[in-house]
Amino acid sequence: MRSIDVAPNSERKVMDVSSGAPTPSGQTALPAKMVAKNVDAFFGKTQALRSVSLEVAANRVLAIIGPSGCGKSTFLRCLNRMHEVAGGTMKGTVLLDGESIMDIDAVNLRRRVGMVFQKPNPFPTMSIFDNVAAGLRFNGHHNHKLLAEVVERCLRQAALWDEVKDSLGKSGMSISGGQQQRLCIARTLAVNPEVVLMDEPASALDPLSTAKIEELIYELKANYTIAIVTHNMQQAARVSDMTAFFYLGELIEIGETKRIFTTPDKRQTEDYITGRFG
Amino acid sequence: MTTNEKLYLFWRKTKNNAMLLFSLACLLIAVTPLVLIFSYTLIQGFSALNIDFFIQMPKPVGETGGGMANALVGTGILIGLGALFGLPVGIMAGIYLAEYGDNPLAATVRFLADVLSGIPSIVVGVVAYIIVVLPMKHFSALAGGVALAILMIPTVTRTTEEMIRLVPQSYREAGLAIGIPRWKTTLRIILPTALKGITTGILLAIARAAGETAPLLFTALGNRFWSTAIDQPIGSLTVFIYDYSKAPFEDWIRQAWGAAFMLITLIFLLSVIFRIVTRSRYEEH
Repeated sequence: MRSIDVAPNSERKVMDVSSGAPTPSGQTALPAKMVAKNVDAFFGKTQALRSVSLEVAANRVLAIIGPSGCGKSTFLRCLNRMHEVAGGTMKGTVLLDGESIMDIDAVNLRRRVGMVFQKPNPFPTMSIFDNVAAGLRFNGHHNHKLLAEVVERCLRQAALWDEVKDSLGKSGMSISGGQQQRLCIARTLAVNPEVVLMDEPASALDPLSTAKIEELIYELKANYTIAIVTHNMQQAARVSDMTAFFYLGELIEIGETKRIFTTPDKRQTEDYITGRFG
Repeated sequence: MTTNEKLYLFWRKTKNNAMLLFSLACLLIAVTPLVLIFSYTLIQGFSALNIDFFIQMPKPVGETGGGMANALVGTGILIGLGALFGLPVGIMAGIYLAEYGDNPLAATVRFLADVLSGIPSIVVGVVAYIIVVLPMKHFSALAGGVALAILMIPTVTRTTEEMIRLVPQSYREAGLAIGIPRWKTTLRIILPTALKGITTGILLAIARAAGETAPLLFTALGNRFWSTAIDQPIGSLTVFIYDYSKAPFEDWIRQAWGAAFMLITLIFLLSVIFRIVTRSRYEEH
């Protein structure tokens, strides 16, 4: 299940481009937590994804990169059926631990596959405490002791506890943008998901907050499987074990991050990561 | 700058000022009746106000003095009944239109709600007369409450819809993404976020209902005696004003002014109280 044996090279935070031979295979030896097979996604008649197949390895960070409009966010939203909330439709198969997500009730699925959005979106009418507790509270947990424990654990995991422990009763909107985003991460962790999807979680934040979020992502993969969409290639290189490159709704290439950033197989990938992309 | 350019500049500035003056004049014209009504009612009504006016019952014809305690309580009961019937329906309908309203049924309801909010209130009174008064075979507070509820529903429905639509999609998604069922996301996250705007809509609806006379004339009818029974005719401030203002007695007309003043004050107080009660715990500073 959740193996925590981390390969030594993924221990390194910043990719070392100069060292190491590229691994020949793009696929990982770890068990796949989520598998996408021939996923097509539509908004009305517009096709946003074309036959995307990839695996998200357990306890690893998968970064999804690509230019705007390439379908990377749409793909992420297919993984927890948020795509249909926005009125889209999906074809193909997505498996979570081998079970099709369409066979899992959407609400239950989203408790197992959580999501953090681009713009921090704490619930504006709730305190910091209530924001983190919301997922449990609205699902019938009212034991205050239990809630307080979970809130503290999740805020610690999100590296926010020390900054807000004296102001848990204050509005979730009263803290800074970076803190709000970490609050949203804590809120997501509170329902104890297995997979955490992040849709450009740091794109609205300053560099310092971004560094904190990246550090956090790195720590979270011990307990969670993570897929992160990012515009920032340095970020993908820093935080991820695997990288997938999307272009015009198609998966062009997926492989170990180090290999994708040093010796990609496809010309398009190389052009994009070297900034030659038109 | 040539003379021509100077002339042009002068002309342009003149036009600008003329426009400003014109809109200012229109503003004054628009506000004048409001101020006149308010101040005249205040002047005329204030002299009628004393403790007796609030706690006494109307005196028999020919005697001076007395009060409108029954009408004050009656208006309270009628608004209460109207809100009890109207608000849940209006709010839930508004939620439906905003959250699930992407279909022909909703489009129809939306259109009808707009039409309904423009219907003369006397017609609504007739409807309440037919569906409540006729089966019960007598006038009642209940019938008045139903009439007011029907008047409230379209305003509340449409405001609720508009306000819920203003809540950013990201909060909806945030709720769903942590596994909160849709209905709970709507009721516990979206609705509280939109509450302030919805409150304004509710307030407008209540204020309008509180000022209605026509639909009450043949539903609640009016009552010169103390009554809090909802199956009996009941007095109200508006019907009190209607009855007293056409009376030939100086004292009654004075009391009608007093009641009018009360009504305005009541609506004013309601809006203040509503705003305080529903003020977000986390007012943005």
